[in-house]
Amino acid sequence: MTIEGKNNNKLIMKLLAVVVGMFGFGFALVPLYDVFCDLTGLNGKTANTAAVFDVMEVDESRLITIDFITRTNSGMSWQFESQTRQVKVHPGELHQVNFTVKNPSNRAIVGQAVPSVSPGTAALFLNKTECFCFEQQTLQAGETVVMPMKFYVDPQLPEDITYFTLQYTLYDVTSAVQDIAMKSD
Amino acid sequence: MTTSAFAESAATADNYQLNMRKGVTDLSVEVYDLHMLMFAICVGIAIVVFGAMFYSMLFHRKSKGAKPANFHESVKVEIAWTVIPFIILIFMAVPAGKTLIAMEDASEPDVTILVTGSQWKWNYRYMDNDVEYYSRLATQPEQISGKLAKNENYLLEVDRPLVIPTNQKVRFLITSDDVIHSWWVPDFAIKQDANPGFINDAWAKVNEPGIYRGQCAELCGKDHGFMPIVVIAKEPAEYDKWIMEQEAVQQQAKAEEQRLLSMNMSEADLMATGEKVYMANCAACHMPNGEGLPGIFPALKDSAIALNDMAAHIDIVLNGKSGSAMAAFSKQLAMSDIAAVITYERNAWGNDTGELVQAKDINAAMNGQ
Amino acid sequence: MSTAIETHEHDGHDEHHEHHIPKGITRWLYTTNHKDIGTLYLWFAFIMFLIGGAMAMVIRAELFQPGLQIVEPNFFNQMTTVHGLIMVFGAVMPAFTGLANWLIPMMIGAPDMALPRMNNWSFWILPFAFLILLSSLFLQGGGPAFGWTFYAPLSTTYSNDSTAFFVFSVHIMGISSIMGAINVIVTIFNMRAPGMTWMKMPLFVWTWLITAFLLIAVMPVLAGAVTMVLTDKFFGTSFFDAAGGGDPVMFQHIFWFFGHPEVYIMILPAFGIISQIVPTFSRKRLFGYASMVYATTSIALLSFLVWAHHMFTTGMPVFAEMFFMIATMLISVPTGVKVFNWVATMWRGSLSFEVPMLFALAFIVLFTIGGLSGLMLAITPVDFQYHDTYFVVAHFHYVLVTGAIFSIMAAVYYWLPKWTGKMFDITLAKWHFWCSLVSVNVLFFPMHFVGLAGMPRRVPDYALQFADFNKWISLGGFAFGLSQLIFLALLIKACRKIGDPVSAQVWEGAEGLEWEIPSPAPYHTFETPPVVK
Repeated sequence: MTIEGKNNNKLIMKLLAVVVGMFGFGFALVPLYDVFCDLTGLNGKTANTAAVFDVMEVDESRLITIDFITRTNSGMSWQFESQTRQVKVHPGELHQVNFTVKNPSNRAIVGQAVPSVSPGTAALFLNKTECFCFEQQTLQAGETVVMPMKFYVDPQLPEDITYFTLQYTLYDVTSAVQDIAMKSD
Repeated sequence: MTTSAFAESAATADNYQLNMRKGVTDLSVEVYDLHMLMFAICVGIAIVVFGAMFYSMLFHRKSKGAKPANFHESVKVEIAWTVIPFIILIFMAVPAGKTLIAMEDASEPDVTILVTGSQWKWNYRYMDNDVEYYSRLATQPEQISGKLAKNENYLLEVDRPLVIPTNQKVRFLITSDDVIHSWWVPDFAIKQDANPGFINDAWAKVNEPGIYRGQCAELCGKDHGFMPIVVIAKEPAEYDKWIMEQEAVQQQAKAEEQRLLSMNMSEADLMATGEKVYMANCAACHMPNGEGLPGIFPALKDSAIALNDMAAHIDIVLNGKSGSAMAAFSKQLAMSDIAAVITYERNAWGNDTGELVQAKDINAAMNGQ
Repeated sequence: MSTAIETHEHDGHDEHHEHHIPKGITRWLYTTNHKDIGTLYLWFAFIMFLIGGAMAMVIRAELFQPGLQIVEPNFFNQMTTVHGLIMVFGAVMPAFTGLANWLIPMMIGAPDMALPRMNNWSFWILPFAFLILLSSLFLQGGGPAFGWTFYAPLSTTYSNDSTAFFVFSVHIMGISSIMGAINVIVTIFNMRAPGMTWMKMPLFVWTWLITAFLLIAVMPVLAGAVTMVLTDKFFGTSFFDAAGGGDPVMFQHIFWFFGHPEVYIMILPAFGIISQIVPTFSRKRLFGYASMVYATTSIALLSFLVWAHHMFTTGMPVFAEMFFMIATMLISVPTGVKVFNWVATMWRGSLSFEVPMLFALAFIVLFTIGGLSGLMLAITPVDFQYHDTYFVVAHFHYVLVTGAIFSIMAAVYYWLPKWTGKMFDITLAKWHFWCSLVSVNVLFFPMHFVGLAGMPRRVPDYALQFADFNKWISLGGFAFGLSQLIFLALLIKACRKIGDPVSAQVWEGAEGLEWEIPSPAPYHTFETPPVVK
């Protein structure tokens, strides 16, 4: 019986290792998903960091139409508009679109803009060199700010995409920020 | 006439309808055809398999004297019934792939509409015109509870349907304000999830004018079954007329609202209007008696916010509360209605603060005063 | 144990053992005997089946007519949620585990499971877990109401605090399943009798071995998903919250990575059961044993590659939808091979139609119908019309009720005489079969139609054109529920050992180690391993 017992232990340990490994894998799926989305544009999220604009050959033969949509989520009292609803650009050209935000309330609020592109695969080819969505934005009571967004469309954009939409949803993250500030004190 | 039969397909639908509808776009007909192809193949497979089985059950019975044969394997047969189904699958996958690719066409639309789902209604914003409105279930609660007879379009009717042109490419951009919903119009073969913070798109080119009805197709809370979709497709000329009218109506309403800011409503008017607004917009969560649903939706009766903090009360009705199900009503209701409903909440159910809120107070709050 | 007992090969002399079998409540609380634990799991599963079934009766009562007559929508959502959780984690999985406990040691000639004390824990934490889940229904604000699939953010930001109970309960169920799976794998690897090579093992043992590997691979991922929901809700993380940089669709990827293999966990043991029963009543060896093993393995491996077919409407790009469509269609090939093999086993056999065979034949026909509707669902562009409608509800109830549940009933009827030593009441059994067969089809077949006609799922009320079919569906549901009371009566009678005594083999044509020991099976069997030729 002792020999069997030893055999059992080895196998049990291996199986437990699989269990622990798969639990870790479940959590690893979180960064894996982000990487996969960055590579394939699976969920239409654009990059979190600024792209670098190197002067490149502009593709004059293609004109890409981009719609801008601005939305504020429940709980976010700001007024949020894009100054241009639609632009038509050549891939490789650097453009700027301005967004106006106003905090009409009587307290300072921290906002976070979340971008989303449809069709999702176009997100890979929208390179933003400057965007208010990279950081949280704080507006004082009554403050109005114009926020620029600079971007270029990668000339590698697939031939069949001639039109896509970029939506920004603005969230009120003041309480989340305060929680973190309180915890770090 | 077949066209009108399909156009009114949901309203006058067959009570024992067995099959999917063909719909009114080229793609919806393709989808229907694919469905019938798959179904036919599946029926074919079933006939062969069950045929062999039932034959065996009839003729290979011990009670009929059958003696069992000896065979128990055959590599040739196993290969055959692995390869043949595989080939059948190819015949299914090829047309399916073609239709799928056709559906994902992202080229220039004629009309773009932003569809936003929230608990428990849809918002439609026309991106090419200054028209935006909410679309809510119009069926009376008395029909649902059985006090009144149910009408023909029970649970499939809304106060303000979406209107689109026929024969033009209409692009729907779909998102959500809170949980995941799903925008589904069977006659267009469109179903796309409304994900909060993200947009999805779908498009349709409707061939026939008519009224098309759909429903939310993702569990989104207690009234998931009560947020239908109604789309009216009009000929392009009629649509153009309609959208111009809507723009004008909306602008007039805004102007009128500004003009009326200087007026005060009486307490009686505020309470009457407030109660109506409350029952239509707030009672779903906070309950007609103001007691809410403990653990999910807070009570308003005897609550600190309705009894004391007026500024906070106005703020939360206007702007909602992020991280909760409380929506922002500044976008959904006129200022006079918001004033009325807050007045109602502060005075109903024994709250009795005696405070009245007027439209100009709401206007001031919206502008940071 | 005295040495005299240990010298017996196929142990029939259990008189010495009779007065060593413990009695009373403590017997059941502390037992490490695989037969006792199997019995505990099976009774637990049946009780949960009746409780989950009662919730289904509430659902069907509300859906009997259009309008809201009986329950509020929020409570209705709790019913659909907890019905699903109970049936998946409280009825089907524990029933299969009970069968595994009873049968695997006997089928491989082992005296017990490899880890008998862990086995006891694996069972006893289950009633605890379900007490927590069921008690959450009585909390202020009610229990979980977001569907058994608990998508975020409905389950995170927009749920009430009972979510904590739900998470805790699911964690415990997961631990039970994982411990059970480890036990099964170690038992099969290390305790087979000499001569019982891999390719001589009964198919039930093979399918459970593969199921156990699926369990240890994916239950931990469920634990991760459920933990992320807990932290998003209570501890400020943003896995699924766009405002914090998260993505609600990611929840679905993680959940269904568990969820799809989970449904194969719920059907592979059924395949094993049918593969045991059909050869017996055909008096012919199972056709294509080796290919059955390979087919089961392929199904298990492919099950990891298809999860996003539950997510076709979430907005995935075309290349992803194509991949998942094709991978899903491919699973039908090995599954089809299994069905063909069962029919080939029957072909030119010498068939008889005892009750286990009736359930097995019903399984083959009705599971195939469920599988074919699954193939239709795999076709992405058409899935846009089927997804989240009653067509899907029809599909999964065919594969789970007329599939998994019927196979469990077949197994109980097949092995019950071995467990009790007495033939069950055949009249009651036949009534149970025929009433269930007719009512289950009245219940689930029309769901295909209302789904195609446009009725969404998880709704407490519906438009008028769906009313007629819903009425019939509800009547079928009530009849199916009542039919299970016949089964209850039969089981109580069987447990009281009422019936004609049976031989060791019980069924003419039955082959395998479990049919070479006496009926009822002695409390301890194969304490000396048999030699298998």
